[in-house]
Amino acid sequence: MNILITGLITGSMLALLAIGFSLIFGVARIVNIAHTAFYMVAAYCIYYLSVRVGLNPLLSMLTAVAAVTVLGLLVYKFLIDPIREHEGAVLIATIALAMVFQEVTLRLFTGDYRTVDFLITGFFTVGGVKVFYQQLLTFGVVLVTLGAVWFLLMKTRLGLAIRSMAEDREVANLMGMNESRLAMITLGISVALAGLTGAVLAPLTVLNPYMWMEPLIIMMAVVVLGGLGSIKGSFVAAFILGFTEALVVFLVPKGAFLKGSVALTIMILVLLIRPEGLFGVSFEEER
Amino acid sequence: MKIMTLGWRLALTCCIVMVMCFPAWGRTIKIGVIGPMQFVQGKGHWAGATMAADEINARGGVQVGGEKMKIELIKADSNEFINVADATNAMERLMTQDKVDFVVGGFRTEAVFPMQDIAMDYKKIFIDCGAATTALCTRVAENYNRYKYFFRQTPFNDIYLVRTSFAHLAMAAAVMKKELNVPIKCAIVAEKAAWTDGMIKAAQATIPKLGMELVGTWQPSDKATDVTAELSAIQKSGANVVFTIFSASVGITFARQAGELKIPAAQVGINVEAQKDGFWEATKGMGNYVFTTNTYCRGVEYNELTTPFMDKFIKRFNETPTYTAGGTHDAILYALVPSIEAVGSLDADKIVAHLENREYKVPSGIVKYEKTKDGKPTHDLTWGPGYLTSLGVQWQDGKLVGVWPNKWKLAPDGPEATYKGIVPMKLPPWLKK
Repeated sequence: MNILITGLITGSMLALLAIGFSLIFGVARIVNIAHTAFYMVAAYCIYYLSVRVGLNPLLSMLTAVAAVTVLGLLVYKFLIDPIREHEGAVLIATIALAMVFQEVTLRLFTGDYRTVDFLITGFFTVGGVKVFYQQLLTFGVVLVTLGAVWFLLMKTRLGLAIRSMAEDREVANLMGMNESRLAMITLGISVALAGLTGAVLAPLTVLNPYMWMEPLIIMMAVVVLGGLGSIKGSFVAAFILGFTEALVVFLVPKGAFLKGSVALTIMILVLLIRPEGLFGVSFEEER
Repeated sequence: MKIMTLGWRLALTCCIVMVMCFPAWGRTIKIGVIGPMQFVQGKGHWAGATMAADEINARGGVQVGGEKMKIELIKADSNEFINVADATNAMERLMTQDKVDFVVGGFRTEAVFPMQDIAMDYKKIFIDCGAATTALCTRVAENYNRYKYFFRQTPFNDIYLVRTSFAHLAMAAAVMKKELNVPIKCAIVAEKAAWTDGMIKAAQATIPKLGMELVGTWQPSDKATDVTAELSAIQKSGANVVFTIFSASVGITFARQAGELKIPAAQVGINVEAQKDGFWEATKGMGNYVFTTNTYCRGVEYNELTTPFMDKFIKRFNETPTYTAGGTHDAILYALVPSIEAVGSLDADKIVAHLENREYKVPSGIVKYEKTKDGKPTHDLTWGPGYLTSLGVQWQDGKLVGVWPNKWKLAPDGPEATYKGIVPMKLPPWLKK
């Protein structure tokens, strides 16, 4: 039961991050290394608004997601768009951007660890396992968000346009779609997802300016494992790695710190057998 | 006339520039303060050093022979939590660019080792105010001519740190036996880091000798943000005491989640985050009853220097001094300056010869540098009643109070230690149900 619950929660967090990253890569071939840095910025916004300003925690979360989305759009307009055609340059620029976010956060909030309040305190027991209400809430929010993303992509005209762009940029361009505008909207959605991850995770984690690095590595592992650019692949791979992490913690207590390494090892093994990732081919066909 | 005016103006400008560039005409004693300045440890280094320097400068400076010299502090951000190379660069800069006379600070062992070597290359006295590794001082005994410029100010070495933690654990076990009359089952939870490896081995060997059953060892990542899995397993193991070894953010996560889930086990050991005033807020009050080793605690007095130092520090910085703050403060005010004045010189060799033989009082006890069995100086700190012991502190309803040493003896026939302000340890109420 413990493995099931921990795996579900970890997997859903990873899914939220990885889908946002995959989305912008699949649509615009933008490798946004700063993706988890946006998650960190959102978490700090919530800390600032709810703890220092004293704003309602829920309102703080909504404000933080909105602020991070706007920040993402500005970044796209002034940093990514001018160099978009050079994938390597985008990659390096977003690494630099993440470092800038980290350093600015360090200057503003120092390296001290920060926490924010749970929205709901207390816990309940399922099968002898204690689960925080906050974890349950987080899991619910993640499910709703993933459902909303699926609806947006599959049932709306915008989603159709995004999927068309992901399928073939040139043809979509020839069909009159504004590629740059779509890329900007997609980046906005992607960053909003990162912001939302920060918002739902902030109460469950300890904030520090380097908190973006660890999830970045696991998120990359999820994306590569699932198949670069594949949303479905990211979703499945997130839960595979989420359950793997939970298994390591429960079955090898003294090796709990190895959970990240085990996840990366699985990724490497899968890549050796299927270089395109678990769902690379099927997703290509699906697209 | 206009040319003359211009000439005078130029001369005046030159004078102003010179005055601005050289505000103090007399020579100053330059002390480098090195530490991770964006983190609480480095901020402590700087706070303690500035307090000591201001106090000395306010009384006219340091009497060096026939000359009064003021202290000038040079801040060096070692960034050692993130990059050890930054620490060596910062130390190198202090030596070559800032040309300091002395250095105080340092925190992470991995960074202090190379920093120590750089300072020794330049034959500059470097007083460690953060790293506990014994090997730093073993170097002094093994290669005295090279490493004699290195001294430890705080904390005492890791061997003594472990012995202190076991004394805390024994006291907690005694309280539990007395109040609950249950057999003690102990779980070890240590963050995965190099410094905890030796402590885990020592704990695994010592806990059964203390009459407790060891039920398991858990090692989450030092940055773990969720330890509910570990907590479930600990509860399942039947542990009623958790021996913690944490220095990083996992200390907050563990205490917060254990408190929130009302895990029926007392937390005793090392939790660096729990030493800070901000711990209560960081754990949202869930860190109640967490017990950790610490150097300072409001209301606890080691000697007559403690309260004036604490009051002054709290008034100025609005927080309890950390051990790094106390360390740099004592290194400048009680170690360096009296030795400089005694030898009447800034000559490092003369100061070393004087300092290593001194026994002096600081707000956290009495400093006496150890020697090996064959009499070689190690410049390490003497531990035990009458010297340095540190404290055992516990969070009790939002307040950090001192609970150890309470009639503690290192040896059955040795002196007893209890400091003014020590109160009894409390067990979490959910442990009694």
